[in-house]
Amino acid sequence: MSDKPDDTPDAPGHSLWPVGFAIGVACILVGLVISWPAALVGAALTIVFGVLWIRDASRSHAPVDSAPAHELMGDTPSPGLAAAEEEHLETYGRAGFLTLATIGLGGVIGAGVVLPSLGFAVLPSFTGEGVATNDVDLGPITNFPEGTFVITTFIGNKLQGKVSKRTAYIRNNGLAGGKDPSFTIIYSRCVHLGCPVQPNGPKFEDKTVKYKDVTLTPVQPAGFGCPCHGGAYDTEGNRTAGPPVRSLDRYAFSIVDGNLVLGKHFSVGTVEGEGKDAKIQRYPVAYPGVHVDGIEKWLYPLPVPGA
Amino acid sequence: MAKSARQAQVEKAALYPLDWVEERTGLVGYTKWFLFRNVPRDVNWMQTLGAATLTAFIVQAVTGVFLAMYYKPDPNSAYDSIQNITHEVTLGWLVRGMHKWGASLFIILMFLHMARTFLFGAYKYPRELNWIIGVLLLVTGMAEGFTGYLLPWDQTAYWATVVGININATAPFLGPFIAQFLQGGAQIGPDTLAKFYSLHMLVLPGGLMAMIGLHMYLVVRLGVTSPPWSKVAAGRPRDEAAPSGYGEYREGLIREHEGEES
Repeated sequence: MSDKPDDTPDAPGHSLWPVGFAIGVACILVGLVISWPAALVGAALTIVFGVLWIRDASRSHAPVDSAPAHELMGDTPSPGLAAAEEEHLETYGRAGFLTLATIGLGGVIGAGVVLPSLGFAVLPSFTGEGVATNDVDLGPITNFPEGTFVITTFIGNKLQGKVSKRTAYIRNNGLAGGKDPSFTIIYSRCVHLGCPVQPNGPKFEDKTVKYKDVTLTPVQPAGFGCPCHGGAYDTEGNRTAGPPVRSLDRYAFSIVDGNLVLGKHFSVGTVEGEGKDAKIQRYPVAYPGVHVDGIEKWLYPLPVPGA
Repeated sequence: MAKSARQAQVEKAALYPLDWVEERTGLVGYTKWFLFRNVPRDVNWMQTLGAATLTAFIVQAVTGVFLAMYYKPDPNSAYDSIQNITHEVTLGWLVRGMHKWGASLFIILMFLHMARTFLFGAYKYPRELNWIIGVLLLVTGMAEGFTGYLLPWDQTAYWATVVGININATAPFLGPFIAQFLQGGAQIGPDTLAKFYSLHMLVLPGGLMAMIGLHMYLVVRLGVTSPPWSKVAAGRPRDEAAPSGYGEYREGLIREHEGEES
């Protein structure tokens, strides 16, 4: 823009604003992990120093005042001409105003169209729409013989139909403490990358029981194995081999009118003990492959809304 | 040698429609700028890999448009509609086969083209931006492969996509958000298939076409590189490669005769 006589590069001068800008960005990143207020302070710093930086940079690129050039050339413009020139030296002429107005109005109109559309494309995934709120009725608890696993397939969400067909491995542990019924309900999806784990042991398909959409097949697993990448688990869902990063997910349950009703799906760190005496480290449901405990959980600091 | 009257007449008749279009649009000049270019004397067959990739993309685009006329992106009918295309619709097996195998070919050709560019050093100044656009094309092309793989809605498609989405979920910080956006909710559900279909046939191809246009514009503007073993001196001044104005576009379209008037 500036017509410099020499060939020196048009580099910006030294400025401390980029340093402040960088500190602001660092504050945002650290704040994301540690606390939201820190992130907000970082954002404020970033904006302030960004504006200062831009102002600085644009000032050093401003067009050179043309008046000295006239003096150098020894021009002595007539008073009327000088007055006319004065008028042309205003900061924003008509063209500049129209350009900015067009860009600004176009930007506003564009944002008015693009932002709602983008929101429509992205936000519904995070509002929890389509997450099953209806608890699944798995039938009378007498269908679950004590001490054996039952392969239970069910429709997770009736509105969605077959695409929400899921499998859980359910074991009736009898009465915990002599009064409350206890069930181990393991979700079949591998916590490595989500393939369906299989029970390693004989299935008793001749003893299959059906209840509405639910199919119950007794099985006698020594553990669970994933066919995709070789993840292996024991009968409590603890990892025994392979790439999984935590124990198999589970479902909470309740008993309504003598029927076993599936509750909330949750993730599990590790399980100590067995059956009705098991101590389960519960965590909010996480994607397969996502650490819920240990140092690696800091890689996933942000809870996903609508999960 | 003077032109015969008959020759001049034929030439005039042939050029008249071109003149007409050029005067009103300038498109003849642009087309000539785009297609009739000087290339180094020692170009190599390897340098046709980019055009081969483009051809593969066009095959995918054309067959994809026609497959979309018969495919139904709904969990209850997607698999059956694919079976219908493959076994019932006339020539459906052929067009689906072209799309399916062409997809692999497209990816393979992208990699070969990239390897050629790398090994010839054709990513260097002034072509760095075109390398970057090429990398974005590769990523978008592979996203096409990922989204297209779900559409047959069979066991392979379903579980491969489950694993693919969950691999995305393992990325630190934003991974779970990407996964949730891709499957359109907390679980793979009825919206996932429609979302992948929309990405596969509208969003990603739109991006691919725009970037291919930019990619080819830069190829034409910057010219084709010589192979690294070229003996032709580097650094010689380039011909001005700007679009020619009206009148100059005729050059080279028809063999010019010496001593011609005007």
